[in-house]
Order: sequence, then C-alpha cells, then structure tokens
Amino acid sequence: MTAQTNYFMSHEAILSVIDGMATKLDQFLRNRQRKNVAMIGIRTGGIWVAEHLHQALAIEEPLGIIDISFYRDDFTQIGLNPEVRPSMIDFDVDDRHIVLVDDVLHTGRTIRAALNEIFDYGRPRSVTLVALVERSGRELPIEPNVIGVEVTLQPQEQIKLTGPETLELVIGTQR
Amino acid sequence: MSAANLQLDNNNKLRHFLSIEGLSREHLIRILDTAESFLNLSDRSVKKVPALRGKAVANLFFENSTRTRTTFELAAKRLSADVLNLNISTSATAKGESLLDTLRNLEAMHVDMFVIRHADSGAAHFFARHARPGVSIINAGDGQHAHPTQAMLDMFTIRQHKGDFPPLKVAIIGDILHSRVARSQILALNTLGVSEVRVVGPKTLLPMNTRESLGVHVFNDIEEGIAGVDVIIMLRLQKERMTGALLPSEHEFFQRYGLTESRLRLASPDAIVMHPGPINRGVEMETVVADGNQSVILHQVSYGIAIRMAILSMTMQPRGETS
Repeated sequence: MTAQTNYFMSHEAILSVIDGMATKLDQFLRNRQRKNVAMIGIRTGGIWVAEHLHQALAIEEPLGIIDISFYRDDFTQIGLNPEVRPSMIDFDVDDRHIVLVDDVLHTGRTIRAALNEIFDYGRPRSVTLVALVERSGRELPIEPNVIGVEVTLQPQEQIKLTGPETLELVIGTQR
Repeated sequence: MSAANLQLDNNNKLRHFLSIEGLSREHLIRILDTAESFLNLSDRSVKKVPALRGKAVANLFFENSTRTRTTFELAAKRLSADVLNLNISTSATAKGESLLDTLRNLEAMHVDMFVIRHADSGAAHFFARHARPGVSIINAGDGQHAHPTQAMLDMFTIRQHKGDFPPLKVAIIGDILHSRVARSQILALNTLGVSEVRVVGPKTLLPMNTRESLGVHVFNDIEEGIAGVDVIIMLRLQKERMTGALLPSEHEFFQRYGLTESRLRLASPDAIVMHPGPINRGVEMETVVADGNQSVILHQVSYGIAIRMAILSMTMQPRGETS
C-alpha cells in the first residue's frame, strides 16, 4: 500500500520535458539515419507520453499500442492483470525502425516483455527506447536512448505518471 | 461447498470455470474484455503469447466433440501451454473412483489444467471438488447441465455484433430441453441484463416451468417468438440425446420451427443468426440463412478460440498461491 505520496512534476513541466525529448529523439534518429519510423507506446502511461511525441515528430503511421500483460515474466506467479486490454499495431513491424515509449523505466522487465511482444509482430530493423522518467533500480541490461528526467529513488519508493488529460508525476512510498 | 463458491477463490477471482451460475456480471464482462485482447492475434507473424509457457493442459473428452476440443487445443497452444488430448470413451470408465483415478494419474504427470467434456451432469464439478491445489478445471460441457464456454463465446459474438446487452431481445429456438448450451446462454443473458430472453420450441422440447425457473418468455410459435428480436440463436437438434417420441420427424420440425428466409424477415432487420454448430441444414435452418449475410456462425467459431484463451489464462493458478 502506498502510505504517502509527494507531488513531483506538474502537467506544464512534463509537457516541456516531452518537448525536449522530441528534439533529442529527432536528433538521435537523424544521426543514425533511422527514417520512416513507427512509434509504439506501452499501456497505459507510455501511450500518453507517446501521443505527444508522435504528434511532435509528425509520424505518419498510426501510434501502436502494446499491453504486455501476457508477456510479463511473473505471469505464472501472480496471474493475469485484470485490466488487460488489446494491443494494437496497425503497421508492418518487419524491417521497420521502431521507437518504443514508456513512462517510467525502472527494473527493465516491462521493456523486456514489450520487446518480446514486438518481435511476435515481426522483425524490426531497430528499436529506440524512450522513457519520460529513468529511475534507479535496473535489474536487466536495458538502457534508454532518450530520456526526459532522471530520478534516484529508494527501492520502496515508486514514481507514477497519472493522466491522460492532466499529466502529473507523483512519488509514493510503499510500506 | 456450493458450485458457485467452488469456482471462485478467496479474492473472488476465477479458480475453475464450471458454470455461469454463481458468476456476477463483472466476472462475465471481465472474461469478454480479456477475450478481446486475443482477437487480433491471428494477424501477427507469431500467433501466440507466452503466458502459459511451462504449463500443461489436458483435454479430457469422455464425449466426442471435434470443434470444442480443437478450439480448446488451439487456445492452449496460443497461450504457449503444452497440450495433451485424451479421448476416453465413457463405456471404458465407470463413475466415481475411476474418474478420480484418472484425475490423480494425470495430476501425477503434473498437468496444471483440465478441460473436461463428459456425458454426465456434474462431472466437471466432481473433478473440481477433488482437484489438488493449483490445478484448475474447465467445464467443456457436462451432460444436460452446462456448456459455459460455448455460452461465453455466444455472449462475445453478440457484443461484437450488437454492442451492449441491455437493449437487446434474444430468441433461443429449438430443443431447449436437452440443451446444456441453452441453459448456460439463458443464465448468461440474464446476468448480462438483456431486455428480453425468449425460448421458442414445441412443448415437448421445453423444460417444465421454463418461465418460472429460467426467467424467460416462452413461445410455441416461431413466428411470434421471432418478431422484433435482435439476436436469433438456433440450437442443434440433439438427435443422439433424444429418446421417446418427442417430435414426429425432422421434416415436421423444420416445417414448424426451422429458420427460413421469410421467417427471418420478422426479426429486427439487422438481427444476427447464431448456431453453436454443427448445423443440420434443412432441419434447424435453410442453407440460404446459414450462409446469408445475417449469419455470424463462422465468427462464433473464431471467437471461441479467444474466449477459451481468456478463460484458460484467467483460471490458471498462480504458482505463488498454490503451496
């Protein structure tokens, strides 16, 4: 249970961070000549961030959405996430440069699951990882290519993006 | 323990899936929502998800059913489970102890889930009562009692084609008496809150006190029963289950209760036609209706895989809670 929450970042501040991410992402893709990219957001917070980036970069293909519930590495330990919703990728993943967007990069397990799911759609040419927040506590060798903010937190602390109309970042402490 | 409690755990989540009875609207909606996640799986290059990797599912069919077994097999495989198919003829097994022996033997082979089809009502419940912790039982049809996964795929079909349930009028036509599918459908439709459920058939093929016991409107005339409905569910004439002179002939059944083009016009213009299969063409309905543009019969088959994937993934017992 979250015993205490602290306000971390407001809607306006988050939008300005995402603007900066769009510039960095555009530069990153140009430097590597990754053209004709398609974007995928991870349900739920990743989609909200991705929607802004998708618009800022004027990406032609519709924004893809993935729900990693059936790919979680703890599925057989904790069972099905009751809120599972469909994944929707309405473009051909094969040979495509993919930009994968999540709200918070923490252990890296979500990204591992998302990569596995993307590869079940096809074999992308490359995957660029973008996260609004990079926090401490990585458990897998997964690193982002573009981040918004970097936060160092205690293991019992959680940072969460709420939305979608008003985006806010809050930090909670688990007891 | 009652059947209702038997299939739910302490957190009100699915433990087994035995009947619609005892499940809330929220349970049914969650099954339908989860199934929706699997709908576009067939568009992908890898048509499976890793959710049940390392789990073993046994299809235990004491009664033949190609379609149900095949869709359960595909559903389990698309969840990455290992699948065992066992067809066991009923004559070779006595009841009671030997059913239990079958269960214990397969449990000893570390099977995690059993999908059971049996000619005796209550067979799946029997397995569920005796299953070891961590082992889940799914009812794929027991006697004249229930066929809940068929009912759920029918509910899914209705929602995909007609939207939300409350405004809908649904007619179920044919041999209600012998149909475990009809019993499960009626329970599900009433739980989901459709505006009206009608059952249509000859008096000899309707259970006694249908109206009181099942909460439906009863019609003996198909043309009255079908008027203005949004969904028509034709049942299969259960020839193999019929003993005694309950109806004169298949020909007469078609004359009085068969779904023809002209009768279909009495329903709502965008009504859908469903049938659990296999169809007896020219007995329950005309071929032009079965293959017509209001028919969603083949969609039902595809949705059956998604619904069974949902139920398998929801009943799987987390490893952490079994010991």
